[in-house]
Amino acid sequence: MLVPLSENRSISTPEDVVAVRQAVRQRAVDLGFNLVDQTKIVTAASELARNTLQYGGGGTLRIEEVLQGPRRGIRLVFEDNGPGISNIELAMKDGYTTGNGLGLGLSGAKRLSSEFAIDSRPGEGTRVTIVRWR
Amino acid sequence: MERIPILKMGEYLLVTIQVDMHDRLAMSLQDDLTSKIVSAHAKGVLIDISALEMVDSFIGRMFGDIAAMSRVLDAETVVVGMRPAVAITLVELGLSLRGVRTALNIERGMDLLRGLIDSRGDGAGSAE
Repeated sequence: MLVPLSENRSISTPEDVVAVRQAVRQRAVDLGFNLVDQTKIVTAASELARNTLQYGGGGTLRIEEVLQGPRRGIRLVFEDNGPGISNIELAMKDGYTTGNGLGLGLSGAKRLSSEFAIDSRPGEGTRVTIVRWR
Repeated sequence: MERIPILKMGEYLLVTIQVDMHDRLAMSLQDDLTSKIVSAHAKGVLIDISALEMVDSFIGRMFGDIAAMSRVLDAETVVVGMRPAVAITLVELGLSLRGVRTALNIERGMDLLRGLIDSRGDGAGSAE
């Protein structure tokens, strides 16, 4: 798999979450995503960026373009060194939250993505990777 | 500090969200609107989101909270102008905005608000 372009962003303030939305939108536009697909990947990015900030205590996002045969897509990798998630199955449930949100962040982002992976270790941090194909 | 403007038109409040809101800005809008409903004796709130390119769970929850708070304060809220791509995404995200009244545009939203407020006026005696 070829990875032509990648950029890294820091997520440490609520304004950074907005900047993430705008950067992901721009990348989706550049890749020729239609409006609905742009909106889906941007919304998924917003949910995950907020999680990184709120639960991970801040972290980073890597935005990558991915090519697989004729397919083009965007991969987003959110990483933090926060407390991690002890029960991923529970955290993925609709409506489950340890904060005061709606508990739709992870499960909703998964539904809005073509591919979704989460890797988390208590005390070490969390990495969430999503791909949306055009 | 950055703020979303709230316009007063008679007994209605009109909010047009034209910026990509960060969470603190969304929270301050909710607080400002709640105070303004009381200070302006507003009966209805119209929130125009036709410029919003995305509504995530945080912003969606804010609409629900504003609708619930306004109801407690004897006012109705209608959210208008949601873009089709935003609506599709919101439902797939898992948010159905239950409890939030919506209309296609400002004109229909105003009609809906008037209707809601009029019909409530008829039944007001029962609460006395």
